[in-house]
Amino acid sequence: MSPQRELVEGNEAIAEAAIRANCRFFFGYPITPQTEILEYMAKRLPQVGGFFLQAESEIAAISMLQGVACTGARVMTATSSPGISLMQEGISCLASMQLPCVIVNVTRASPGLGRIPPAQSDYFQATKRGHGDFNVIVLAPASVQEMADLTMLAFDLADEYRNPVMILTDGMLGEMMETMVWSERQPRNFTKDWALGGAEGRERRLLVSAPLTDRELIELNVELNKKYKEVAARERRWEEFYLADAEAVVVAFGTTSRISLEAVDEARKRGIKAGMIRPITLWPFPDLPFKNSCPKAKVFLSVEMNNGQMVEDVRLAVCGGAPVHFYGQGGGWVPSSLVIEEEIEKLAGAI
Amino acid sequence: MTSTEEATKLFSRPESLTRLPFAYCPGCGHGVIHRLIADVIDELGIAGKIVAVTSIGCSVRMWQHFTYDMCQALHGRAPAVATGLRRALPSDRVIFTYQGDGDLAAIGTAETVHAAARGENITVLFVNNAVYGATGGQLAPTTILGQKTASTPYGRDPALAGYPIRVCELLSSLDGVSYLARVGIFDASSVAQARRAVKKAFKSQMEGKGFSLVEFLASCPTNLHLKPVEAAQWVKERMTSFFPLGEFKQGKKE
Repeated sequence: MSPQRELVEGNEAIAEAAIRANCRFFFGYPITPQTEILEYMAKRLPQVGGFFLQAESEIAAISMLQGVACTGARVMTATSSPGISLMQEGISCLASMQLPCVIVNVTRASPGLGRIPPAQSDYFQATKRGHGDFNVIVLAPASVQEMADLTMLAFDLADEYRNPVMILTDGMLGEMMETMVWSERQPRNFTKDWALGGAEGRERRLLVSAPLTDRELIELNVELNKKYKEVAARERRWEEFYLADAEAVVVAFGTTSRISLEAVDEARKRGIKAGMIRPITLWPFPDLPFKNSCPKAKVFLSVEMNNGQMVEDVRLAVCGGAPVHFYGQGGGWVPSSLVIEEEIEKLAGAI
Repeated sequence: MTSTEEATKLFSRPESLTRLPFAYCPGCGHGVIHRLIADVIDELGIAGKIVAVTSIGCSVRMWQHFTYDMCQALHGRAPAVATGLRRALPSDRVIFTYQGDGDLAAIGTAETVHAAARGENITVLFVNNAVYGATGGQLAPTTILGQKTASTPYGRDPALAGYPIRVCELLSSLDGVSYLARVGIFDASSVAQARRAVKKAFKSQMEGKGFSLVEFLASCPTNLHLKPVEAAQWVKERMTSFFPLGEFKQGKKE
């Protein structure tokens, strides 16, 4: 019997996947377009013996995550762009204490208060982070199926590396419904010999973010950097399309990757050798396919719903090997496949 | 039987304090308060069940002095971290935060008020010394009128910097709060009273009654530019006139 397909909303897929990944704690603050996640958790967590709390702010919510993460239990929050700005100090703190947790950003169009159409303008905020040298693993789903699958993966990655993991998506993916199949993936179990819970019968444990000496802070940075290098070496994820013969390679993640793939397919029908790289991890950025999978590439085009952010990482990955162009607009602009196809044709024509 | 064997031990270092000497300034309140906390925790036999949250300020490294499981919180966020701990840990664990006046009543006012409003079953140990100590003696939310600080060099003028916040009075209207007391540590009898308040606060938590808070009026001689004894006198005379001592709440409203 084939697995049953279900019609599920993107935000709800994230929330239900968290439950299936044994996440039993959620703290959040209402903000459009992520509120369905919060409401789903408010209803669902008590049914499975979990705990939901609507915090007084995003600032408080991220510190509540810290409290739960200190005990070793799986915990999640969800918010949208300005909410991530408010959480950045806390995310830096969680990273410094090497605490696992999952943070969902259903991005809205900014800057400032902005409005609520979909956008990818938090790429920098997700991958280039808040204060200090730290990294958050960033996963970018492109379908409701991936909203669920990557959320389940996120909890395992968070525990494996003792690090915050962010799901970066937008209101388009969050609020649309698609059919999907629930994965059989079982959450991995991890020994957490660092978790707090009272020192009875063992040595006491400490989780600190401010070491005693300057030297210890340097040592912490060395340790963290070693871990980030290991993550970067092992966890780069991407999907590639038609790269073997592609001369014009589109790079896009999330919502724009769906639209761009249509454009690439249309361009190929017209005889243009187009291909596409879809980063699934935004940090670590998947530089491998740029080096290994597109021997014929003569031009790259980064398509983003922002003013040009991921294009910087594309340029680093291409490393001068070919021209890298940007096509996009911040503020809530959503491209059609037609305009992307025109861009591809323009670039391919100039090769 | 020698006289030594008959002697009763009345006073010793609490077992849940480490051997490390305090490195606080002469006359600072932290040492006395640390000791009181450890003493009460030992008496209640709960050292192995404690999970404590420290915050920013001179006491940022206080974890060196205790033998409990501990974590640090960002400036102002200790009640939120404690909320996460409380909800994830078994109910017999005892959770306390240790916070200064700027931490609790300026940058962390929202976290304080909302943890209290929710009746989080945690104990907040609040050190009010009327200045920001670690950064060099600037205006605190509890700096009293006329008090000179590094950022109110002409004295706190209410027209410019407003009025001090009375935290116990502010929180006393919230139904989630089970125990609230303001105590001094400026003489032997106030220290004894402070010890009783800490014990009541922990017992209130152990009975599952909800949010408890003890506010210590403490002195910071270094930033008051006074000698330790003068600073203690200043707290006793000047601070208590703005911040009356006493119990503001005993028992949760049903």
